Order: sequence, then C-alpha cells, then structure tokens
Amino acid sequence: MHNKLSPFLKGVLVVGFLFLYIPIVSLIVYSFNESKLVTVWGGFSTKWYVSLFNNEQIMSAVKLSIEIALASALAAVALGTIAGFVLARFKRFPGSTLFAGMMTAPMVMPEVITGLSMLLLFISMQQLVGVPTERGFFTIWVGHTTLCMAYVAVVVRSRLLEIDQSLEDAAMDLGARPLKIFFVITLPLVSQAIASGFLLSMTLSLDDLVTTAFLSGPGSTTLPQVIFSKVRLGLNPEINALASITVLVVGVVVLLANYLMLNAQRNRDKAIAAAMRESGAHS
Amino acid sequence: MNMSRLMRKLKPGKGAVIAVPFFWLLLFFLVPFFIVLKISFAEQDLAIPPFTSLLQIEDGVLQSLSLYFGNFHFIFTDGLYAATYLSSLKVAFFTTVMCLLLGYPIAYAIARADPARRNVLLMLVMLPFWTSFLLRVYAWMGLLNETGLINNFLMSIGLISEPLHLFHNDFSLYLVMVYAYLPFMILPLFSHLVKMDMRLLEAAADLGAGPIKAFLTITLPLSKNGIIAGSMMVFIPAVGEFVIPELVGGTDTLMIGKVLWNEFFDNNNWPMASAVAIIMVLMLIVPIALLHRYETRELEGKGNA
Repeated sequence: MHNKLSPFLKGVLVVGFLFLYIPIVSLIVYSFNESKLVTVWGGFSTKWYVSLFNNEQIMSAVKLSIEIALASALAAVALGTIAGFVLARFKRFPGSTLFAGMMTAPMVMPEVITGLSMLLLFISMQQLVGVPTERGFFTIWVGHTTLCMAYVAVVVRSRLLEIDQSLEDAAMDLGARPLKIFFVITLPLVSQAIASGFLLSMTLSLDDLVTTAFLSGPGSTTLPQVIFSKVRLGLNPEINALASITVLVVGVVVLLANYLMLNAQRNRDKAIAAAMRESGAHS
Repeated sequence: MNMSRLMRKLKPGKGAVIAVPFFWLLLFFLVPFFIVLKISFAEQDLAIPPFTSLLQIEDGVLQSLSLYFGNFHFIFTDGLYAATYLSSLKVAFFTTVMCLLLGYPIAYAIARADPARRNVLLMLVMLPFWTSFLLRVYAWMGLLNETGLINNFLMSIGLISEPLHLFHNDFSLYLVMVYAYLPFMILPLFSHLVKMDMRLLEAAADLGAGPIKAFLTITLPLSKNGIIAGSMMVFIPAVGEFVIPELVGGTDTLMIGKVLWNEFFDNNNWPMASAVAIIMVLMLIVPIALLHRYETRELEGKGNA
C-alpha cells in the first residue's frame, strides 16, 4: 500500500506546486488588467493584447525568434540524434571521453561564458577567413544549435539505452546494412525522443537571452532581447499579455505532445503483447 | 556479444558518423575556450575588434609574442573581484542547498505517488520549465514590488501597514534563483527515486526499522547519485547567472556573471571579460567533472542491466 501518499507528502506537493504556479497565474490574471499600473486592478480589459499585436518591434522580434528556433531545432535534432546514437551504441572510441564531456558541458556551462567564447570564435574566424561577415541570424543559429544539440543527444541516448537492441541484431543477422538498420529500425524507435528533443530545442532557442545577446548584431533583435530591455525598466502590461500567450501555447503543445506520445506508447504495448501471444500460440 | 558484433559491422562508416557532431562541438564549443584564453592575455584597444593582438607577424614571419598579464593581475589584486567570485559561489551554494531541501520531498512524493498520477505530476513540474525563463523571472517582479501583489495583499488584510522590502535584495535574489532552478533538481532526483526497489523499505520495516531510520539508511544513500547530479545541474549555471541578479537582485549584489556582462557590454573590455571567464571556468571544472562522472556511471549501469 505504498501508493497512498502520507499527509506530509501531499502537503509537500501542494506547497511545491503553489510555489511553481502562483507567479504564472498572477501574470495571466494581470494581463487582463485595465490599469497601466500592472499590480493595481482597474477592471477587466483585453486592450494590452491589442496593443501587443500592434507593437511592431515585438512582432518582428517574434518572427525572427521563431525562424531562428525552427532552424536551430532542425539542426540540433540532426546533430543531436547522431551524437546520442554515438554515445549510446559506440561507447568507447578514441576521443570518446572528450566527446561525452563536450556533450555534457554546454548544458550547464554559464551562458555568459559560452556566449562570449562563441563570439570571440566568430571574430577570429572573420579575421582569418573572412566569414561570418556580420553577427546575426547565422551566428545566433550556430550558438543555439550547439546548446540544443546537447539536450537532444541526452534524450535520444537515454531512449536508445532503454530499447531492446535485439531488433537491430535481428536485422543484422538477416543481412541488412548498418545504414539501413539505422533508418528502418533505430530511427522509428527513437522517433518520440526526437520529437521531444525538437520541442525542447524550440523552447530553449525561443527563450535564450544571454548567448543571443553576445551573438546578435544590430539588425537582429530576438524576442527575449526585446522583453529583457523592456522589463529592465519595470513592469509592462504588454509583457504580461505576451507571457499569457506563451503559457497558453506551451501548455497546449506540451499537453498535446504528451497525449500523442502516451497514445503511441499504448498502441505499441498492445501490438507487442499481441505479437507475444501469437508467437506463444505457435510454439 | 551482440555489442561487439554491431561494432564490427559498423566499423567502416563509424568514423564518419562520429566525425559530424564531434567536429561541430570541437569547433563551436572547445576551440572557442582557447580563443578566450588567448584574448585574456591581450590588452583593451581602441580598434575593431577592441583588443591588441598577441602575435606580431611581418612577411609571414613571427616577429614577437607579447602576453599581457594585467587582466589577471588586476583580478587577483583588486579585492572586488575576489569578493564577487566568493559571493557568486555563496549564492550558488545556498541556492543549491535550498533547491535540494525543497526539491527532494517533491521528487520523493511524485516518485511514491500512484503510477497513473505520476505522469501528470511530473508534467506539472516540467510545464513551468517549458515556459519562458525570462517571463517567469518577470512574474516575480510583479509579486515582490513595493506596490506588488504580495504587499498589496498583506496590507489589504491588515497584516502590515507599510510595504515590506521584498525586492532588489538578497531575499528576492534567492527566492527567484530557487524558483528558476528547482525543476533541474527535481528531475534527476525523481529519476533515481522512482527506480528504487520498494521491497527494500518493506524489508526494513519488517526488520523493525522506523520510517526515519529506513529513509536515512536506505533511501538517502540509494539516491546519492541523483543528489549529486541535481546539485551540479543547479550549482554550475547558478555561479554564472546573469538575468536573475540583474532583474531582481539588489544593486549591491555581487555576481560574477553580471561583472562579465558589464565588462563586455558596458566597458567594451573584451580581454577583461575573457580573463573573468577563464577564472570562472577554472572554478567550475571540478563540479563539471563531478556531474559528468556521475552521469556516465549512471548510464553505464543502465546499459549493462
């Protein structure tokens, strides 16, 4: 009967979730505030949403951020899946310790350091070989891809370590070549992990301020940079409206993704169980 | 062994597969650190880029190499830098301890909850993590302000007559640091606690151990790797945190991430920012190695099982 939580543990959960959610709920509630003073209630209004969508600075930053996030997430998924595969299946090879270290470090390294170091790399490259000619989309894309691929690699690696390798071995015994095995067997098995890696990369890229600040140029201001410059000056009802929309979008996407994944999992479990029964009946 | 069979089959293409992510990380993550190291020995200059070059090359021949140690000398002799590094370590340490004290019971409760409900609870922990970090920090600005929601509420129910100073001080700094980093502590702890064999606790109870003794002698040691991983996931980035001290910390809050940012963006002193970064990396090498070691051990254990 250890599934019954004691009152103490229930209390812990309640307090923990209140702590996590009160700030978010307060943001949303006050985004509908008529008053310009964010924390003084002046009646219900949606006017900050209207002014948010009419704010060209914010809207063009949203567009740029989404473009960068899509491009970074695609690259991060490609590189991170390969990296996760290498970490899970190859284990030991010359330089494997360095490789694994370089995968762990970007996730925890303070961003002021990674941002500065990547900027100095681009400046040196410009001096040596002439590219990149300016800071902007490309440099931010490289920075975000490097940060995000580590997360994708971790998700893909732990999924690969979970799944049964006998399918890959069976395909090999039947004469399939490694590349074919990867694309026909391995990749579909980790497709969920890749999907979560993609979503995670999108949110990390959309949210990144510090690395971006080092890597962006005069013509490329992303959404977090606009938000930061505004909230530095104090509370701003338009940012509350923006936050509510963000929470809504993230909530819907995460719930939907979770639902689809649980469904897929259930179907797969059912199919496996059916196959087991079948083979049991024949033997 | 299956593994070695797979390895042999893959051998020809293996190098090419490894090379792609390997060289990406080498070029965009590792090499930059050596460039930072190089520039930390340069001097600020009114040029583009704004620092002197270490090598004088004429007609393809190296004329001279000049290393400038002034940045490091300044960091080591100016008391403010030492105080800032210490203060960053202190803030990161106490943030980690508070995240652990708050996160452990939460992770434990989720791990012991009904499996059907566990997914929902875990998702509720993850959801704030998926929403913007910057906006979550901003949310606290509205709560902690002099005229913020907490003060408004406490004054309206008559508990206080003057607003409390909750904002732009150590209290708000720690509160928001813990808030922002808590999920990084809960997730690794959860993944360790959920794998624990509950029969061990039942056996301990049968043998007469009380719940507290069972927790201290079984649960806590078994979750050691999770504690280390979670603590490092919080501690390492917290040392260099910039956004939280900038937005909710006090004006006298000393954080090294803020110093680096100011040297770079306000003073345009790239060599100094590089030297600050180098010292910070040196301080973080041990925690990063620790995190890496426990993560690898964890995964290898999983792989063999």
